[in-house]
Amino acid sequence: MLLNPSAAPPPTEPEVLETLGGIVARFDRRRALLVPILQAVQAQCAYLPPETMPLVGRHLGIAASEVYGVASFYNQFRFFPPGRHPIRICLGTACHVKAGDIILENFERKLGIQEGQTTADREFSLERVACVGCCALAPVAIVGETVHGHMQPSKVEGLLLQIQIAREKAQREAAAASPQAEDPSDD
Amino acid sequence: MTEAPSIRTLDRLRAAAQAACRARRPEGQPVVRVGLATCGIAAGALDTAEAFRKAIAEAGIDARVETTGCRGHCYAEPLVVIDHPASGFPPILYPEVTPGKAGMLTRFFLGEGDPRFEHMLGATVANELIPSVLEFGRFNREQRLVMDRCGRLDPQSIDDYLADGGYGALARVLAGSPQAVVAAVGAAGLRGRGGAGFPTGRKWELAAAGSAPLRYVVCNADEGDPGAYMDRTLIESNPHQLLEGLAICAYAVGACQAIIYVRAEYPLAVKTLESAIAAAEARGLLGPEVLGTAFAIQVSLFQGSGAFVCGEETALLRSVAGFRGTPTHRPPYPAQKGLGGHPTVIDNVKTLATIPVIVERGAEAFRAVGTPDSPGTAIFSVVGDVVHPGLVEIPMGVTLRELIFDICGGVPGKKRFKAVQIGGPSGGCLPADLLDTPVDFDALSEAGAMMGSGGLVVMDEHTCMVDVARYFLEFTRNESCGKCTFCRLGTCHMLAILERICRGQGRMEDLERLERLARDVRDGSLCGLGRTAPNPVLTTLRYFRDEYEAHVVDQRCPGLSCRPLTAFYIDLEKCARGCDACVGCCPVDAVFTTRTRKKGIDQSLCVKCGECMVACPPEYDAVRRISPAHLAPVIERPPAAEAKT
Ligand SMILES: Cc1cc2nc3c(=O)[nH]c(=O)nc-3n(C[C@H](O)[C@H](O)[C@H](O)COP(=O)(O)O)c2cc1C
Ligand code: FES
Repeated sequence: MLLNPSAAPPPTEPEVLETLGGIVARFDRRRALLVPILQAVQAQCAYLPPETMPLVGRHLGIAASEVYGVASFYNQFRFFPPGRHPIRICLGTACHVKAGDIILENFERKLGIQEGQTTADREFSLERVACVGCCALAPVAIVGETVHGHMQPSKVEGLLLQIQIAREKAQREAAAASPQAEDPSDD
Repeated sequence: MTEAPSIRTLDRLRAAAQAACRARRPEGQPVVRVGLATCGIAAGALDTAEAFRKAIAEAGIDARVETTGCRGHCYAEPLVVIDHPASGFPPILYPEVTPGKAGMLTRFFLGEGDPRFEHMLGATVANELIPSVLEFGRFNREQRLVMDRCGRLDPQSIDDYLADGGYGALARVLAGSPQAVVAAVGAAGLRGRGGAGFPTGRKWELAAAGSAPLRYVVCNADEGDPGAYMDRTLIESNPHQLLEGLAICAYAVGACQAIIYVRAEYPLAVKTLESAIAAAEARGLLGPEVLGTAFAIQVSLFQGSGAFVCGEETALLRSVAGFRGTPTHRPPYPAQKGLGGHPTVIDNVKTLATIPVIVERGAEAFRAVGTPDSPGTAIFSVVGDVVHPGLVEIPMGVTLRELIFDICGGVPGKKRFKAVQIGGPSGGCLPADLLDTPVDFDALSEAGAMMGSGGLVVMDEHTCMVDVARYFLEFTRNESCGKCTFCRLGTCHMLAILERICRGQGRMEDLERLERLARDVRDGSLCGLGRTAPNPVLTTLRYFRDEYEAHVVDQRCPGLSCRPLTAFYIDLEKCARGCDACVGCCPVDAVFTTRTRKKGIDQSLCVKCGECMVACPPEYDAVRRISPAHLAPVIERPPAAEAKT
């Protein structure tokens, strides 16, 4: 379930540079590879750490600002680490017509953050996306990799609670190291 | 006459594929087919498939579970077909199969031969025993030329596609001349399915002309329209048909490099394509010496990074080259001077997936479907306020009314149809009087909408047309690449005006100003994004002007949708004493209990989410929505101590 590397302290700068260096080294020095390189960085780090721009720029022989210019043009790239449970709310046409904005507001209220932000404990982040291709199930919310269709405002709390329970259970299990049989996922 | 080498090679491949399929599928063994495209997975199909596997293993039944793509009936996901020949019944389609139902069907149908009729949708084929799904408009009015194999085959299996006759068109084409293919596509009258409807044959001709040393083919799978997913489904359900079309196109125009530009937001589509390309290369259907001939084609994937404008062909090419996706001036068209200055054919997924069909059936047969100016079929994703949303493939020329009402079941509940939005952010909203418009490129453009990519959103009476225009403008403003001033700033101004109107602060002059701005943005923009961005505003102003006026003059939202202009209240005549349904569901605790133990809504807290309206039991039906907001009757909230029950 954890999408981000871990709950461990954030990596130090040399560590980040080493990771990035490893990724960049896999690619040729061709300008056309800029976007794939950035995608590879984001696939591994879940966002583009600030060190990415100069490093990739040096690799391709272009200015860091040029790298940033391209990265910021595309919606896919993030410049801040997302939460461990990234929540994305679809606001495509079908979801808009089916009041996806109310779902978004509900998440904002429950999490105490605005769209585009991450909670202080780095657990949740909230983003809006335009159509994930499940329009027949509108309105849609995506938690981690799981798509939840036919969302209702009243389902929001249950969804967050479920994640919380799953996490607490995992913590308990890790602490006790004696696995339990009960299944927390259901409603 | 001996057969051409490509056809001989294919025959060999096909025989091997058929043998592999037979080995995988013992004759007579019951099979459960679960649709596992994104929509199915979102509806829980992975759990359903797992439940079948577990139940079958536990019961020790001899049966297998297979995965397929999407059949387009997204309203009924997870969708399962059970084919149990020994039971004597034809294959049966079951809708909404939860893991619980999966266990039940395993026990009764697979175990005891009782198909549990009450849970089925119908048999997949006409037969004498049981009703078939072909009796429903949603099934029998469609004509599946392109999507025929979607949902029937396992998208992960190249054997399935080969055994079903796949790659036959490629083999046939390779036995003839490239010019013959271009001519056939031209004769078929195929028009690009990516939106503009440019004749595909002409584009190919243009790219094939001259003696360029290098040519490219790019498949446009960017699908940026936020509310359409045909391309994604085609890729996820039948990737090889696209690859076959791509290879044929490359052969026809003399390209040896092909790129598929696919949205990174479609992870399953990306994965499916990657494995399909690898499988096709392993069989010699792509790569060097395709099907034992001298033709070579190298296919690579490029993941688009989520920018709507990158669907535009020149912007797409910039993006592939590693730059910001800003469109450039045309001419020269990419077909003349594209990637790296080389002729580049850019075609939509549906266009390319149609090519094998044209080759197989011939240009004449293709022309026989659809209208003279728009031959063939159109694939729509019909979503929004409609009973049977999903993907529909119909012949061009079918009217919107047939599509929405006869095929997709119309508007749910007792609500009235208000409008249909076609073509996404570049398209327009058509009202009920225009429901008899046929769907083809020209008729839709004439009505002010656009075929676009094929997204069709149905809206009922509780949709506000001003809000819809605002929604699309917000989208285009965010997605404008910023190159042209009119597009960058014009959309901002238009959006500001629309937002003002939606808040009830509009002025009558605003309507004229909107129209003027719309014309300026249209005329002053370089690419299709800016040129079509005003369409949603222009069409709503043209067909729903009264709604704009109601917002401005009366602060009233006729669709009861703009939140600042509406209010919820509880009809005390209807509210049941002691029922707490609405209290529990309110996300902000705005619902309170009155002294008479009925309920009221605290307007200062209410966020107008409408949950209480959904929660209120239908026999009471006490929650009302009203606009303008000040018309809601005031119900006093009793002091806190008293309210406790
Ligand atoms: C703003 C904008 C977005 C577009 N988005 C797409 C898209 O998502 N998919 C697509 O196939 N064509 C899109 N197009 C159309 C392409 O520019 C191009 O016409 C099309 O890919 C040509 O393929 P076709 O001839 O097969 O239709 C878009 C055009 C514009 C102006
Ligand atoms: S609009 Fe939300 S999934 Fe398509």
